[in-house]
Amino acid sequence: MNTQEMNPAQPFFNLSARWQSGDKRQPACLSAGCIALFFLLLFAAGYFMNDTGLAVDFLNKKIAPSLHYPFGTDWLGRDMLVRTVKGLCRSLGIGLLAAFCSSIISIALGIMAATLGRKVDLVVSTLVNLVMATPHLVLLILISFACGGGATGVIIAVTVSHWPNLTRIIRAEILQLRESDFVLLSQRFGKTPVWIARHHMLPHVLPQFVIGLILMFPHAILHEAGLTFLGFGLAPHQPSIGILLAESMRHLSTGYWWLAILPGISLVFTVKLFDILGNNFRTILEPRTSQE
Amino acid sequence: MGTQSPLQFGIQTVTKLTITLILVSVLTFSLVSLSPISPINAYIGQSRLQISAEQQEMIIARWGLDRQPIERFFIWGGHVLQGDLGRSMIFDEAVSTVIAKRFLASLWLMAVAWTLSGILGFLLGVLAGIRQNSLFDRSIRIYAYTLASIPAFWMGLVLMVFFSVYLGWTPISGASPGGIAMADVTFWQRLHHLILPAATLSILGVAQITLHTREKMIDAMNSDYAVFAFAQGETRAGVAFHHALRNIALPAITLQFASLGELFGGSVLTEQVFAYPGLGQATVEAGLKGDVPLLLGITLFSAIFVFAGNTMADLLYGIFDPRIRLQGGTDQ
Repeated sequence: MNTQEMNPAQPFFNLSARWQSGDKRQPACLSAGCIALFFLLLFAAGYFMNDTGLAVDFLNKKIAPSLHYPFGTDWLGRDMLVRTVKGLCRSLGIGLLAAFCSSIISIALGIMAATLGRKVDLVVSTLVNLVMATPHLVLLILISFACGGGATGVIIAVTVSHWPNLTRIIRAEILQLRESDFVLLSQRFGKTPVWIARHHMLPHVLPQFVIGLILMFPHAILHEAGLTFLGFGLAPHQPSIGILLAESMRHLSTGYWWLAILPGISLVFTVKLFDILGNNFRTILEPRTSQE
Repeated sequence: MGTQSPLQFGIQTVTKLTITLILVSVLTFSLVSLSPISPINAYIGQSRLQISAEQQEMIIARWGLDRQPIERFFIWGGHVLQGDLGRSMIFDEAVSTVIAKRFLASLWLMAVAWTLSGILGFLLGVLAGIRQNSLFDRSIRIYAYTLASIPAFWMGLVLMVFFSVYLGWTPISGASPGGIAMADVTFWQRLHHLILPAATLSILGVAQITLHTREKMIDAMNSDYAVFAFAQGETRAGVAFHHALRNIALPAITLQFASLGELFGGSVLTEQVFAYPGLGQATVEAGLKGDVPLLLGITLFSAIFVFAGNTMADLLYGIFDPRIRLQGGTDQ
């Protein structure tokens, strides 16, 4: 990345750091690859897994986790492993959609705020403050109510409410870049704004954007799970982790712990993987930390 | 950069609050008006068949649902300005009464969790930051990062399975034992019912404050004043407690105040898990059953709650940080 040549302090710093602990990019790439592979496998499993596990089977109800049913079965004899995998896929899909939509909103608003003058900036920051003025969960409940509840309501709520943080980051980054020496110099040399945006801004903003995008997943997935857990968008035939956990509440006091514990652990595991993935991308994309 | 008088700060805060509340009400009211869920159907519910068309017309006229949303907004806004938030359908009480009652129950829960997470998180962060990359630091970091990706409500379920079902130490749900009037519930009974929800709610806050304090502590231990103190023969613990601690306490307290929004969100989920009759549970019921006046009232209330936290954070900076002293420099 050409930022390294820009800053004279960087190569020296990098060299000494590399001497001490080596390049961190390779292991980061490796683990990011493994995590991506895991998600692919999960999606494949969710897609190809046949639905017989979802059928009601009273002969095999309330079985504790065993070799045949690693996650046990519920009070209707449905295989919890199948339900968990399907639920995770659904949550991941919603997370993907949310991250996609919210990141587009935030990059559009962030660029507009930083480049179109004070008035637009004021409007955008008012919008950001407005969305952040109420607790996020209350806002989610409101949006899902506005969409008439149901699964659609949950998806829309999670999708359109995750942009404020990333908008702030992108706006701040661009504002800072605009005042930086190399951009000012480039302007003096007569480069066009588009050229500067392409060659000087993009390499800095893109990593922030990608990292922000990936770190949006855990939030989106947890919010989706929380919202369905509260009972918004309840559709029991479409398993989602939040629904599984909400259903399990009625059976916990009678000792069926696996109904809540195992799907929850899978959710935590997934969220954690996205967290690690985001941090790996940070290591790979940001020259400052890649050799730390 | 002239210093600001308390009066100016007060006026500014009130203006900001007013603007925020107006914008929040407009947004909330538009969202609620957009909803295809009819308040009439939500209100009538089961007894739909027993109600004639004329009676339905009467309810519509009485509630003003035959008017335009903008007109309704101004009517509602006028009442709110007079302190009348309307009447909750599901609780059949004034919205302000419901909020006050429910918030009192939530306040116990939130206050305990907030204090607990603040103290515990700060302690862990300080201890981890004193020696960066020590075994203790690394285990705390892993612990905090893992906690950060755990949904609060699931943690509540796990705690419940272990402590209430398996060990039987704590009650499974509610804020007081069943069948006893609220006035007769003793302090210990309340506390007993509070342990698990408060523990659940504090978990999220602990992770955040620990990681934040740890970063600040590492910075402080590498600062010039720390190096100077080391040079004078001060021990690591000495530098940490005599020099670094007072520098990192303020950001931690500020963060704790600024996270009131998340605390509120967390309490919604936690109260649902433990069937704790607080404001969070009322929010969920209002959303699920279409109680529009209550939903509007709670949203406004939660906005004030978040705003109060942020203002407290600003104010504390001004009081305790001699470099800022209300220059208005805390805006991002």
